[in-house]
Amino acid sequence: MTATGPATVPVTAALALGDDALVLSHRLGEWAGHAPVLEEEVALANIALDLLGQARVLLSLAGDEDELAYLREERAFRNLQLVEQPNGDFAHTIARQLYFSTYQHLLYAELATGDGPFAPLAAKAVKEVAYHRDHAEQWTLRLGDGTETSHERMRRACDALWRFTGEMFQPVEGLDADWAALEARWLESVTDVLGRAGLTVPEGPRTGAWSAGAGRQGLHTEPFGRMLAEMQHLHRSHPGATW
Amino acid sequence: MVTATALEAELLELAGAVPDPELPVLTLRELGVLRAVHVHGTDAVEVDLTPTYTGCPAIEAMSVDIERVLRAHGIREVTVRTVLTPAWSTDDITPEGREKLREFGIAPPRVRHDSDPVPLTLGPTRTHRTDTGTGADAGTEPVRCPHCGSADTELLSRFSSTACKALRRCLACREPFDHFKEL
Repeated sequence: MTATGPATVPVTAALALGDDALVLSHRLGEWAGHAPVLEEEVALANIALDLLGQARVLLSLAGDEDELAYLREERAFRNLQLVEQPNGDFAHTIARQLYFSTYQHLLYAELATGDGPFAPLAAKAVKEVAYHRDHAEQWTLRLGDGTETSHERMRRACDALWRFTGEMFQPVEGLDADWAALEARWLESVTDVLGRAGLTVPEGPRTGAWSAGAGRQGLHTEPFGRMLAEMQHLHRSHPGATW
Repeated sequence: MVTATALEAELLELAGAVPDPELPVLTLRELGVLRAVHVHGTDAVEVDLTPTYTGCPAIEAMSVDIERVLRAHGIREVTVRTVLTPAWSTDDITPEGREKLREFGIAPPRVRHDSDPVPLTLGPTRTHRTDTGTGADAGTEPVRCPHCGSADTELLSRFSSTACKALRRCLACREPFDHFKEL
């Protein structure tokens, strides 16, 4: 796919946004054949497809989309550590979706208003992501305010992923956004949804010196290497193959 | 397209008559994805096409179909460009396109009067009667059943056979149906 855009694109930012979309798309795709109900099978695959489309546009701004997706080493990826976290149970996937789609929706809405190199994609994708965010919020309500088991699982998932949420608001070179305001709006929204779901906002730190904050610099968590191995092995085993 | 030549208008009409690969009842013109045709020199043409959803896989099939039709019309060189701006909206579907969707059994998207990002409203997981759609709120107009016309319908799933549709059920005639979501 080719996308039109200004000639000067900040590569670091294109990789950060593109890798977030690509990696989360792959994780959601792992649900195919495993989702709890047919509707969710379809929903998660459709969300993954939206993200893959966004990733293709963004990575094409930075270079050759296939080379960037399939031939980079782990340390060259600039995605958030949040999106590379394993799917876990359904509650984990929904908590990851809630944290990320809220962030992505707010960020794209801001990027869409400017005339920067990402405005065209952001203006288009923000409408798609609104549905992802809605999907995550509705499921958070349903699980949090559901049975004892669903509530407990949702609580555990929100707690477990909380420490990966601080990284989202570290400024990205080439992205013109008010990060502090973005973070305030994100916290307000997530607090509101968790409150309505009968869940409490996790208390732990949102960053840790040893982990969060590193994905944008190319430092990733252990499961990411295994995910990449699976995502890239076919392309690497059969370079240039077509069918 | 205010400055389009007669030839460009003719080619736009030809390309616009190509059926959508996924919803063959609609043409690309009715879907509103064909933005412009530019003629360069005597027989080179550039076509601007915009995707419905960023990741919509149908765009590649559309490009191939457009190239085939224009080549068959004697154009030697056809280039289909994907453009993102201005972003496609379901408001770009023409009135006849909406009617064809309804006849095909798909509830057409409601008309949005504001293409800006819209605030999200939280409601019960399964919504009916007074629900205002999902995610991108489309106002208070109900989604009507394409089979019996009843406004008494409920949402079953926000994502259906494709990313652009939601799955709903009519509470009057009990038929499930796809709803082309507002975007």
